[in-house]
Amino acid sequence: MDISQILFYALSAMALGSAIMVVISRNPVHSVLWLIVTFFAISGHYILMNAQFLGIVNLIVYAGAIMVLFLFVIMLMNLNAEAEPQKNKWLKLAGVVAGGCLLLVMVAALKQAEVKGQIAILGTGDIGLIKNLGQALFTDYVVPFEISSVLFLSAMVGAVVIGKK
Amino acid sequence: MLIERYIYLAIALFCIGIVGVLARRNAIIIFMCIELMLNAVNLLLVAFSKMHYAAGVAKNATAGIDGQIFVFFIMVVAAAEVSVGLAIIVMMYRNTHSVDVNFLNRLKH
Repeated sequence: MDISQILFYALSAMALGSAIMVVISRNPVHSVLWLIVTFFAISGHYILMNAQFLGIVNLIVYAGAIMVLFLFVIMLMNLNAEAEPQKNKWLKLAGVVAGGCLLLVMVAALKQAEVKGQIAILGTGDIGLIKNLGQALFTDYVVPFEISSVLFLSAMVGAVVIGKK
Repeated sequence: MLIERYIYLAIALFCIGIVGVLARRNAIIIFMCIELMLNAVNLLLVAFSKMHYAAGVAKNATAGIDGQIFVFFIMVVAAAEVSVGLAIIVMMYRNTHSVDVNFLNRLKH
């Protein structure tokens, strides 16, 4: 086992464990903090695959901006473990069983997949660097890029309109 | 790294997100689980982009870059979605003084 495989398994275990903690924590603030740990693990996976730009953007946008927004809203509402609405035990069990069934179906569907055995190369390859991504973004994908700026403007206006009511 | 390991990891993360949406009643936790599902898909897209890069780098030096551009756009849409969604949750909290999604069952009656 070389170093990148060890890193892969460590980051996978970290991502899965903290994702489970997001779901089972009673306190919403703890859920947000565990979700930040998950995002760090996923960013580690990006960097392991040499997708450096996405790794950094994932940290800045998700772990930085979006999670702070979540924390801000949770603290604004003063939510804690006591105020947490609890579902009936059987409904929770039904949710877990349904999710497990989905997992089973997806894993079974993968049994015959033709991509099996192909390699996603780690550590090398320069398509994830800012230079190449920027070149693709501003030549082939410049129209979607401009449309996404309009989407941001409409999201901003929408949030202000909803918040002012 | 074999691609199916990334696929299993992304499936597991996605299903944890699904379980969170189904089993929790706090609207903010449900929203966070949706973010988790989006991130599972992002991870899989990057893994597939590296897979296509490995297969096609001989012919095209930037083979598979589309996957990473797509992840970038998913992040853009997720950020827009969070800003509007959290505004909706705050409005719901002001109306019902709770973030319990079971209060929002008026369409049932």
